Amino acid sequence: MTSLALSAMLRTQHHGRLDMLPYGQLLNISFERTDSEVRLLMPFKEALVGSPGRLHGGSLAGLLELAGLAAVIVALPDADRLPRIRPITITVDYMREGTPTGTIAAAEVTRLGRRIVNVASRAWQYDRGRPIAAANVNFLLDYPEAQSGS
Amino acid sequence: MSDLTPDQRQARFIQRFMNGVPHHAALGIGYKAHGKDWAELEMPFAPQQLADPDYGIIASGAIYTLMDSAAGFAVFITRGDMSPHATLDLRVDYLRAPAPGATIVGHGECYKLTRQIAFVRGYAHDGDPANPIANIAGTFMFTARPEAATA
Repeated sequence: MTSLALSAMLRTQHHGRLDMLPYGQLLNISFERTDSEVRLLMPFKEALVGSPGRLHGGSLAGLLELAGLAAVIVALPDADRLPRIRPITITVDYMREGTPTGTIAAAEVTRLGRRIVNVASRAWQYDRGRPIAAANVNFLLDYPEAQSGS
Repeated sequence: MSDLTPDQRQARFIQRFMNGVPHHAALGIGYKAHGKDWAELEMPFAPQQLADPDYGIIASGAIYTLMDSAAGFAVFITRGDMSPHATLDLRVDYLRAPAPGATIVGHGECYKLTRQIAFVRGYAHDGDPANPIANIAGTFMFTARPEAATA
């Protein structure tokens, strides 16, 4: 199962690629896990471009959302009991132009509930202190056996 | 050429313009229709849109891209020229998963223009506009090229 394999990879490896998600492959995303967070890296390629010389807002939204998903996966307490993690709402603020270079994103779980997880995700290029876009994402957790949940 | 009406000529220009965006080509997003203050793009199913191949679930990021572009396209149409703008913010509510393999249509509408900001809303559906899969609201800001700035 893709989600279990993704979870195992993000929890056990320190770096790798999100190629098991075809959309992650399209965006060409790899990850690096430190003690405190999972960072996603999206090198520049022409297929990410919207208007000439600028990253499409949707490329950045996709990166921010995947960074949020990665943060939720590593924050979940029980690796053996993985819920389906579905984004319900996402709000992206665009602060600076996405220039034709690599983009990094990392997300923070603001609140980890039993059903809802609130996540703040941020993307930058040259300087983490000067983000190019940020997103609030609310995820819904769907446990297969929700009735018997502890 | 000359037998095209101005509307047809505009539609063809827009079609070429939208289809020339690299990230649209990557996801298979294309022109569908437009009116005075609205625009529609469509995204036929393609494997690279998938987030979870086990369930045939399309990445929400692909739907986000479709909606960002449909809304931006509606702003171009409403302003009546192709002068540049940038998304300031955009919220997408994912109401339900689209049917596996469905073509997704993104409808964007520019309901208010001010001197510097365009306000947009819209929805996405997978066949029936009355049963949408996503709803959006956002703003775009106008970005004049530096060399065009006079003040």
